[in-house]
Amino acid sequence: MNKQEILEALPYSYPFLFVDELVEIDENGAYGTYTFNPELEIYKGHFKDKPVTPGVILIETMAQIGLVCLGIYLLGNVEEQETGHVVLTSAAIDFLKPVFPGEKVTVVSKKVYFRFKKLHCTVSMTNAAGETVCNGKLSGMVTLKLNG
Amino acid sequence: MPNENLINRLKAIVSTYAQNKEALNSINEETDFINDLKINSANLVDVILDVEEEFDIVIDNDAMEKMLTVKASIAVIEAKLSEK
Repeated sequence: MNKQEILEALPYSYPFLFVDELVEIDENGAYGTYTFNPELEIYKGHFKDKPVTPGVILIETMAQIGLVCLGIYLLGNVEEQETGHVVLTSAAIDFLKPVFPGEKVTVVSKKVYFRFKKLHCTVSMTNAAGETVCNGKLSGMVTLKLNG
Repeated sequence: MPNENLINRLKAIVSTYAQNKEALNSINEETDFINDLKINSANLVDVILDVEEEFDIVIDNDAMEKMLTVKASIAVIEAKLSEK
């Protein structure tokens, strides 16, 4: 599966797609970017008159780039006829810096293991200045079905 | 109990993941990881990986799918240990 095919296989669309570009992907990890669209509805409420990207959205962005893209790639290698999905099962993330509307972030994930359909990764997000925004561990189950 | 030693080693592993601590305290051969201990399928994978490390064995997909109870897990572990 190439990078374009993986992006097309993602089950998200606006306003919940948080991947712009998949720069590199191989069996050991993924690396991609996203620029937070200032028009996203969430900025109207988080926070009132002081827009900051919510931590849960940073986790989602790390998961979409680092875990879901990688899971689709890995399952594509095992079951060539099928498109995989990834259901997030756990997240342990530390937040270090805020991300404001319009900021471009880079997500790097490294596979710790992929066994019995469970993908466990370390992930980190950096901003345009190269500063670490958040990092930690994410896990998901790779499945052929999205709804259980 | 003949398998007491194995059960105690399993108990140490599952204690990290078991949501139901009462069921954990009364763990026995009939204990079911998902229904009794309330371990989810993602953490069940970690139980299997920890079992591999603790007993220095390799568990394949077929064996993994059987390991839903203490009894079934002990059977798999004993079979893998006897192959060594």
